[in-house]
Amino acid sequence: MLYLLLALACVPFIYPMVWMLFAPFKTNDELMSLSPSLWPQQWTLDGVKQIFTVNPYARQWLNSLYIATVVTVGVVVLGAMAGYAFARIRFWGANLFFLMLVSAMLVPSEITIIPVFRWVSQLGLLDNHLPLIILPMLGPGSVVAVFIFRQFFLSLPGELEDAARVDGLGRWGIFWRIAFPLAGPAIGAVAIMTFLRSFNLYLEPLVLLRTPELFPVSLGITRYDDMYGEPLFNTQLGATALAVIPVLVVFVFAQRQFVEGLSSTGLKG
Amino acid sequence: MKSTTIDKFTGAAMAAPMVLGIGAFGLVPFLMVVWYSLHEWNPLAGTFDFSGVANYLRMFTDPQIPTSVGATLGFAGLLMVLNIPLAMLLANLLNTGLKGITAFRVIYFAPVVVSSVAWVVVWSYLLAANGGINAVLAAIGIDGPNWLMDRRTALPTVVVVQVIKGVGMNMILFLAALQGIPNELKEAAALDGASRRRVWQHVILPLMTPTILLVMILTMIGGLDTFVPVMVLTQGGPEGTTTVLPYLVYRTTFQDLEFGYGSALGVMMFVLVLGLTAIQWVARRKWVHDEV
Repeated sequence: MLYLLLALACVPFIYPMVWMLFAPFKTNDELMSLSPSLWPQQWTLDGVKQIFTVNPYARQWLNSLYIATVVTVGVVVLGAMAGYAFARIRFWGANLFFLMLVSAMLVPSEITIIPVFRWVSQLGLLDNHLPLIILPMLGPGSVVAVFIFRQFFLSLPGELEDAARVDGLGRWGIFWRIAFPLAGPAIGAVAIMTFLRSFNLYLEPLVLLRTPELFPVSLGITRYDDMYGEPLFNTQLGATALAVIPVLVVFVFAQRQFVEGLSSTGLKG
Repeated sequence: MKSTTIDKFTGAAMAAPMVLGIGAFGLVPFLMVVWYSLHEWNPLAGTFDFSGVANYLRMFTDPQIPTSVGATLGFAGLLMVLNIPLAMLLANLLNTGLKGITAFRVIYFAPVVVSSVAWVVVWSYLLAANGGINAVLAAIGIDGPNWLMDRRTALPTVVVVQVIKGVGMNMILFLAALQGIPNELKEAAALDGASRRRVWQHVILPLMTPTILLVMILTMIGGLDTFVPVMVLTQGGPEGTTTVLPYLVYRTTFQDLEFGYGSALGVMMFVLVLGLTAIQWVARRKWVHDEV
């Protein structure tokens, strides 16, 4: 009985994804024909073939991948440094700065993007990947990473550091040789959260980029029209599926790390 | 361990990149937007003229504003009403410890890891007049509405799409809280003859209230700050019924190129988010158990 309830509840979560897997192989007519079948009535590769020609899709995928990778490495390192400092060192203004981080989290990105757009255009960096790496790495989105690391380092036993201190290590050395290598769970949580966040950037590239070759995949999949501006249904769905499937596969294999990592952040994906 | 002067210097240096970055890209932009909001600014025409509070006064006569504030509050409110009880229900179902329960946890959580753009792109097809949902409904003899184009259904439909996307996150937060409740407490209450329902109501629920507060605040802020689904699914339509404030700020600024007025709308939106968060924070004393 309980299983039945649990299984029924799965439908809205699974249905869109299963539908997405088969839809790229349907004809555009079938997609708009009130046909309830998940299975294509007439298989076609017409849509799928155009994924890489209508848009520089492979390029867009690589853009997302490398932006997300650079941002993730940066946030893990800089976030851990800041989290460690807030947890372990009573430096000048620590409380004030911490309050500043909390309040920065409340400012919606639709607001901060306005001056950022102005600065980026004044610096001549519109249509450039640099702002799309700097902003997610050092912007308010990274506050949660600092929190997670701070929380983790607060729970680290102080004796470890005392011993290292006796051995003549300074704070910097203690962080790199003792604290950071022990921070595995926090690093995992921050890395997963940051990678998903920066792989899925939308507003920033929407405002700051013009050239399709520079788009990340999340912006690319919204631009699938033929030369007359008519939407290419099955092509767009194929591109969307290609953007989602790798992430889902990694999730299924590492679901434990994903669930625990993301729940420790309490943030929406 | 005591912090020496050199430690303090190291600490400040270690925190500096993040603190400076978040200040520069979070707080300074906010102050700039407040400054912009006092100006008439069109970047195409090259005008940037001080206009005092004119942009704020304009809000009172702008017919978009009541619709947009209503849509924003309606969106966040409906999202909370649907998302939080459903998350609580799923968490309790998962907490029963049945065999194979992990598989269900994975399934309910999966949409959380899916890119929000991809998620809504797929739903835009499912919800089209001749799309997948109406096809299923037609197969069982129901004539479905044009979900995203009908002013009665558009907003609730976008909310439901967002609930399915995000409920797994709240579910996991509730599940962690449920699993953190010591078994002795439940057993002691059961020994005293309390029914399962009363144990839930008088033991478990009160212990969950700090998590419920956290989930309420996070869900509300997320709901008030909804952009991608509106941008992709409805572009604010039909008849402005889904023009939530974040979308209105974006459209006014970057499509209508009214940067000054867009900034003022942004400030208004921030005040709304801050105010509603503060209300929840203050009201917690009334109902959150064992607040420290």
